[in-house]
Amino acid sequence: MGILEVKGVNKRFGGLQALGDVNLSVAENSVHAIIGPNGAGKSTLLNCLVGKLIPDTGSVMFDGNSVLGRKPHEINQMGISRVFQTPEIFGDLTVMENILIPCFAKRDGSFRMHAFEGVNHETALMEKAENILEDVNMAEKRDMHAASLSRGDKRRLEMAMCLVQEPRLLLLDEPTAGMARADTNNTIDLLKEINQKRDITMCIIEHDMHVVFSLAERITVLAQGTPLVEDTPENIKGNPKVQEAYLGESQH
Amino acid sequence: MLGLNKKDAGLFTIVIVLTMLAPFILNPFPENSELAQFNAGYPDLMQRFVIFGIFAIGFNILFGLTGYLSFGHAAFLGVGSYAAIWMMKLLTLNVIPAIIMGIIFAGLCGGGVGFVARSRSGIYFSILTLAFAQMSYALAYSVLTPITGGETGLQIKATDSPLMSSVPEGEIGRANLFGLEMGSSYELSVGGWLFTFNAGYYIAAVCMLIAFYLSIRLFRSPFGMMLRAVKSNQQRMNYTGLNSKPYTLAAFVISGMYAGLAGGLMVAMDTQVGPERMFWTASGEVVLMAILGGVGTLIGPVLGAGMIKYMENIISKINDNILHQWFAFMPDGIEDFMVFIIHPFIGKGWHLTLGIVFMLVVIFLPGGLVEGGQRIGRLFGRKKRAEAEAESTAKTPAE
Repeated sequence: MGILEVKGVNKRFGGLQALGDVNLSVAENSVHAIIGPNGAGKSTLLNCLVGKLIPDTGSVMFDGNSVLGRKPHEINQMGISRVFQTPEIFGDLTVMENILIPCFAKRDGSFRMHAFEGVNHETALMEKAENILEDVNMAEKRDMHAASLSRGDKRRLEMAMCLVQEPRLLLLDEPTAGMARADTNNTIDLLKEINQKRDITMCIIEHDMHVVFSLAERITVLAQGTPLVEDTPENIKGNPKVQEAYLGESQH
Repeated sequence: MLGLNKKDAGLFTIVIVLTMLAPFILNPFPENSELAQFNAGYPDLMQRFVIFGIFAIGFNILFGLTGYLSFGHAAFLGVGSYAAIWMMKLLTLNVIPAIIMGIIFAGLCGGGVGFVARSRSGIYFSILTLAFAQMSYALAYSVLTPITGGETGLQIKATDSPLMSSVPEGEIGRANLFGLEMGSSYELSVGGWLFTFNAGYYIAAVCMLIAFYLSIRLFRSPFGMMLRAVKSNQQRMNYTGLNSKPYTLAAFVISGMYAGLAGGLMVAMDTQVGPERMFWTASGEVVLMAILGGVGTLIGPVLGAGMIKYMENIISKINDNILHQWFAFMPDGIEDFMVFIIHPFIGKGWHLTLGIVFMLVVIFLPGGLVEGGQRIGRLFGRKKRAEAEAESTAKTPAE
């Protein structure tokens, strides 16, 4: 029994079958990658996991509880964090504030009227935020406006915002899209470290095979909305069906 | 001080000093001089400065922090006023229950309107709030005449006979604070200057200082940070485990309560209400105040409110005769020409002047008057630094 269990999920958009009978099981503390050609339904599946979309049929269980019908903020409070394809951060706020907001969300829940406490009196949370900034090498940028960061830094910031909540499951939507090779390698190292040191289960959607094969312990290949195979990276590499559906296509 | 950091405490102290000494500061010109018309230190105008300051501070909590532009905030001002005057009609002419009732009613209305309007964002939110405000205006103007007095509005008459106060026959009831009448003033004449210390002004000023203090605390609190997060990125907020809806609604209610406080104080200063207080132009005015002063800044909205009320009252008083006096030193033809040029911008044309100032501020100082102040501050800072550097370089060779 995995920490995330997706069973028989279907999703149609009008005449388009975006997801057809998807089953997926993500084991605790593993790194699970979902790959597939464009339009295979990877992002749709991810949106079904975080409450942005509701599947037509099927069930999505996280740690024994259904996430269906819950709002994104409720799902986050259950312990699922999400990193977006283009970094979603609070651009008008400073880097430090960007980290503090998830800290407050984790401690105080989805709403609290703490209108007469000072942010700078929260020493415990400040310290926690400082530590996470050091972990992602952004400590010296703490007072910068998040919007003025470089793209790579925005990604790292978003990652840090998710990590500071100590989620049990981290969903990453193409975490290295548009990154230079060196940055990609740094991200791979960071994610490896996160997985091993913090015991965070990760589910990654990725195009870059280098990232997938360096990180994933198991890989699910989606094609036209249905899972083609689920296996270890070694077996996926040699699987002719996958070659045909995905790798073969991309080598033209 | 009071849980504020050094910078905020400094700002708050300056605001306290300025408001307390306002009767002096706003009356810089001797009574009989030609410039006396620029004096703003008379009770009626000073009261308006602080009351609209409160209104704008509250508006800024909603618009400045969450980015939700309410175009119907005057409705809460009106609701606060009607609630306050009914309290005076029924219970007592003491201002405290009236003001409290104004805050409560405006807060309740804010909750209702905010709950509905919050279901949309951006321009649709603004239109919904505008629609609510115009509906309130229509209700007050005609439908609810038994409660609101319709077009003529409400005053306190002897026939109202409040439970705990008495209104003399044939007179209009005046508000007081434990016997101290709002209209009573102490006049101090020094040389050519006449300074007026008005009870109503000081009560409104204390209310504004409290309101300002609370808004500083709110800005620096985790709650304030969440409101800025609403403005910045709601998607990220929701995926961070925060429900943005109650945060916006709370901001809306708080800002409605500020408007209610302002409305209650307006009744306390001048015991009458009319529906025109809720008209959409009044809602637009507070938007101008916030933008002119600096949206999302602490002191900006108060400055904006002060500036608009000053122009409304001072520029509108200038007439052609005064202009002729000013330009009397010029040859006749040029004098007439100058008066002709300036004529549209004074008197009833003060809106034109306001419009031009507003455009200049928005184009050249998008951060409002506060940004202007910061730029001047930086200019001086740079000069000082440059001087210090020049000095240090001048010293080195001597050593």
